Amino acid sequence: MRFYFSDEQEQFRDVVRKFLDDKVTSTKVRQDMASAEGFDPELWAAMSQELGLTGVHIPEVYGGSGFGYSELGIALEEMGRCLLCSPYFSTTALSATTIMLNGNDEQKQRLLPALAGGQQTATLATTESDGQWEIDTTTTTATQKNGGYVINGNKKFVVDGQTADTVIVSARESVSKSQDAISLFYVQGDAKGLTRRGLETIDQTRRLSQLAFHDVPAQRLGEIDASQSLRTTLDIAAIALANEMVGGAQRLLADAVDYAQMRIQFGRPIGSFQAIKHHCADLLLAVELAKSAAYYASAAADENDPELPTLASLAKAMAAETYMKTATLCLQIHGGIGFTWDHDLHLWFKRAKSSEVYLGDPNYHRERYIQLKESG
Amino acid sequence: MSEENTVRAQIREWLQANWDPNLSLVDWRNLLADSGWGVPHWPKQWFGRDLPEAILPAIEEEFSAIGAVGVAKIGIRMLAAATLLDRGNDDHKQRFLRRILTGEDTWCQLFSEPGSGSDLAGATTRADRQGDGDNDKWIVNGQKVWTTSAHHADWGLLLARTDWDLPKHEGLSYFVIDMTQASIEVHPLKQMNGYASFNQVFFTDAVVEPENLISEVGNGWAVAMTTLSHERSNADALRRWDKASELAGRIYDEERAEIATVMAPYTWYPQRTGRVDLAWSRACDTQTINNPATRQELAKLLMLNEAAQWTAQRARTARELGKKQGPEGSLGKLAGSEIAKSAARVHTSISGADAMLSGDDGPLNGLIAEILLSVPATSIAGGTDEIQRNIIAERVLKMPKEPRLDTGPFREVRKNPARGE
Repeated sequence: MRFYFSDEQEQFRDVVRKFLDDKVTSTKVRQDMASAEGFDPELWAAMSQELGLTGVHIPEVYGGSGFGYSELGIALEEMGRCLLCSPYFSTTALSATTIMLNGNDEQKQRLLPALAGGQQTATLATTESDGQWEIDTTTTTATQKNGGYVINGNKKFVVDGQTADTVIVSARESVSKSQDAISLFYVQGDAKGLTRRGLETIDQTRRLSQLAFHDVPAQRLGEIDASQSLRTTLDIAAIALANEMVGGAQRLLADAVDYAQMRIQFGRPIGSFQAIKHHCADLLLAVELAKSAAYYASAAADENDPELPTLASLAKAMAAETYMKTATLCLQIHGGIGFTWDHDLHLWFKRAKSSEVYLGDPNYHRERYIQLKESG
Repeated sequence: MSEENTVRAQIREWLQANWDPNLSLVDWRNLLADSGWGVPHWPKQWFGRDLPEAILPAIEEEFSAIGAVGVAKIGIRMLAAATLLDRGNDDHKQRFLRRILTGEDTWCQLFSEPGSGSDLAGATTRADRQGDGDNDKWIVNGQKVWTTSAHHADWGLLLARTDWDLPKHEGLSYFVIDMTQASIEVHPLKQMNGYASFNQVFFTDAVVEPENLISEVGNGWAVAMTTLSHERSNADALRRWDKASELAGRIYDEERAEIATVMAPYTWYPQRTGRVDLAWSRACDTQTINNPATRQELAKLLMLNEAAQWTAQRARTARELGKKQGPEGSLGKLAGSEIAKSAARVHTSISGADAMLSGDDGPLNGLIAEILLSVPATSIAGGTDEIQRNIIAERVLKMPKEPRLDTGPFREVRKNPARGE
């Protein structure tokens, strides 16, 4: 399954694409990114109720559709293509995955159905103000109190942090006098003591926020010490993001090729100039390579491949390089019009830039890839 | 499966009755040609058995199980055979195919010229018809280049201009030319990596008999495309490192000598891919694995290489499943160039100052130097990167073609100055 999609998967893609093509025009993207919530709750409800997208990879016993990471990847690729503004990445790709991998059965029963059904949104807060994507730099603490926990500390670069109904947060708890562990906790988005501030971002289609925790009451998600499974969660998130990125890159290339057919300079379409054609051919190669890596890594996640961390870093690094290269060259192909606010290209350019860095930039993932190969 | 078993039984029985390592290579291969077992996927009428190509691996297994030698399978002669099967008449097939299979004749391909590389249809080597009636023949003048095996070839596949007043693709014809005549001079062409794998071929009133025209006058471009499509689809098989048997005996000695001759030009070919397989161990051996910049470049290379393999696999899988082909199938050659260039950077970075050294003083006894000096060929041979990009842009992305300046009578098209002009 790593080298092709089944007929059912292709049909699923067609359904998602048709739905999004219908509803998510660039005018819609501009509306939603300028709105207070940053997304359209009605569209979110339709995605859940009509297509079951919010529960795509959540098992049926927890109210989901019971598909896998490949189908999650397909959905995200299509969303990346049309630049959907939505808490899908934070709720479905990040939070549902975290709960599936870390929660106990009772917690899954309690938390997943509302996410699968689209009634609630959630996010995962791990990174702090140092901007490190590693887990073990966490300084946020969890202390036992009244049979539960209270969280203290700061989280930054939290996707959709202002609007999430539930926030899953990584924090350090003491295990013995000399030892502590990093575990996961969940808190209500509107909990007392939680201050949420939206960050001003380059990419307005993906909201980021800073969360300050002051004695915020919390429950632990799963067992003490979630570092292992949290790492896996972040690998899967990187793969999911890679799929979203290749969707965006492919869309940019298609638009640039169309534009090059239409735009006349020196009495001929600019697409007939080799300078333009060669950019497009190089981009097609880059996009196809990045797609292969993203698809392969998604299938590896479905199959519990022990190479998952290496493949996640490979897929993320290639997708990030490719999306940014595509955005840069496609802007160049458009020339001056591509630099204007009225043209849509900058919306994708900005998503490419934020996705390049989010969850670790290409340098970070290449270094990690080499480290994993050294230890493997 | 049952068909395969039937065929296996047949070939096993035939080999048991006929295989004799004491025969000469040519005598044995003549037996193969007569029986059809040498090229069972060829037509029955022409030394084959009309069997599907898919059966070949099973038959090869049966050959190697008993240690039997096959027909000549590597080298440009296979392009000649494929072209003649597709485009030749019965007389051509009768005269040439058997001696291709027995290995008695070797062949070369006379397409590229100093003045026409990427623009193959711009060939200016000329073939002029002389005489009439019983005495007529074609007289060839001009120069070809990048001709593998020309120095020992018996026959050449020649693309030459027969009409200068037609547009360039329409004035070409395709011939089989006798390479042993004195009016053809062959000089080795030494490359920047020190090897001389190719030749320059000079024609001064060389002669082609009229019966050695393939297809019609003016149809040369189409026939050349046939040859090139076989070159593309069989690129690996043409220079496959055919492993000669290690068995003792005359027939094996003869086969070993044949393979050595055909494969001689290709010893450096693995190096032109950049030898990604050596990068990791070299980085560890030299400790440059600890250099952060090298780690980044190495990761880029290994990721690119893996993703290219998966992309090729996607194309293969789509083909096997009979699914709609995506663009991934046409990207392989350009991906190979990117990988080769990236590998050359990594090998340089890994080798440090030693990257300046070659031969016994160089890393891996000169192998790294050979990589660094062979990689540029990948971006040129078999269609330059730029031509590949044009093909991808125009055929896959459907971008508009460049306006042409080479339409109309070829005589009036601007050309490179000929030698001596």
